[in-house]
Amino acid sequence: MTDNQQAFALIVCAIVFGVTIEMVRTRRLREEYSVLWLLTSCAMFFLVLRYEWLLGLTRLVGAVLPTTTVFLGALVFLLLIVIQFSMKLSRMTDQIKNLAQQNALLQREIEVLKQDGKEQEQGT
Amino acid sequence: MKRLLILIPAFNEEKSLPRVVTDVRRTMPDADLLVVNDGSRDATASVARELGVAVLSHPWNMGYGVALQTGYKYAHAQGYDLLVQIDGDGQHDPSSMADLLEPVVKDEADFVIGSRFHSSSTYRPSLARKLGMLLFRKLVSALVGQRLTDTTSGFQACNARVISYLTRDSFPCDYPDADLLILLHRAGFRIAERSVRMFADNGGQSMHSGLKPLYYVFKMFLSIGVTLLRSDRYR
Repeated sequence: MTDNQQAFALIVCAIVFGVTIEMVRTRRLREEYSVLWLLTSCAMFFLVLRYEWLLGLTRLVGAVLPTTTVFLGALVFLLLIVIQFSMKLSRMTDQIKNLAQQNALLQREIEVLKQDGKEQEQGT
Repeated sequence: MKRLLILIPAFNEEKSLPRVVTDVRRTMPDADLLVVNDGSRDATASVARELGVAVLSHPWNMGYGVALQTGYKYAHAQGYDLLVQIDGDGQHDPSSMADLLEPVVKDEADFVIGSRFHSSSTYRPSLARKLGMLLFRKLVSALVGQRLTDTTSGFQACNARVISYLTRDSFPCDYPDADLLILLHRAGFRIAERSVRMFADNGGQSMHSGLKPLYYVFKMFLSIGVTLLRSDRYR
């Protein structure tokens, strides 16, 4: 890895880390969604900084080139993000369904209460 | 005296609803009626209100299963002892309700399915649907250990314990058919089947149109598979 490549990769990792922290600070990103981004940017930062670690990891996963390991890591990261979003969406779908059902039930209760109030007024 | 609720899930049923409500009232004059308006774009809700029926309206269309569960939640909150669900499109014959309820009233079953495969029924499904029904009928019958002829019928009756169980998040809102029967069986409920009359399709929009049958088969196999892997006993 040339010095230029290393510097570029480190800057990208630092930017991703910094932007993620800034988005959490300004409440545009919730902490729970920042975990994977922060972990990945940190992992990539240290793998680029200590290039021999990336070479070791490449041998461990059986890849030929270190770049393959990096792309593989990126794919795994994206997969984890998508799974996390799918799980969250499923949970939110259930929550929205329960809220809508609750809304329908409460609306009915209000109608019945209004009707009872009218009948009481007419009776007095 | 046991309190009975007739649950009618309805989506764009302003035309058929008056007849269904009138027929149900004539058959079961002492029962309370509930229409769950599943985000209809027509006047389903106002038609039901004019008929003097309790109405629960979803803010948008959420599907048949969600509409049913909203009804179960209402029945549970209001303390009903028995529930019959009948479709709002007029395909189910309300005169079959007494037969459907009998095993639940006699405490011989907790959940009763109204089978459409009866000599007096004019229901004639397409070949593809017939094959799908046959497949799930065989599968469910094998898994619950009793012969069931109609696992996709929406004409059903149940008692308060089943009503309470179906208000949980474990209720399969996405097409509650064969997987629901397996879920109930595994939860320890007694299931029975009675013959009911069902009329031919009245030309309304089917919830099994387009690519939905393919998704239905996929979802049902997945749902049955994961239901078998779960332990979700009620008692």
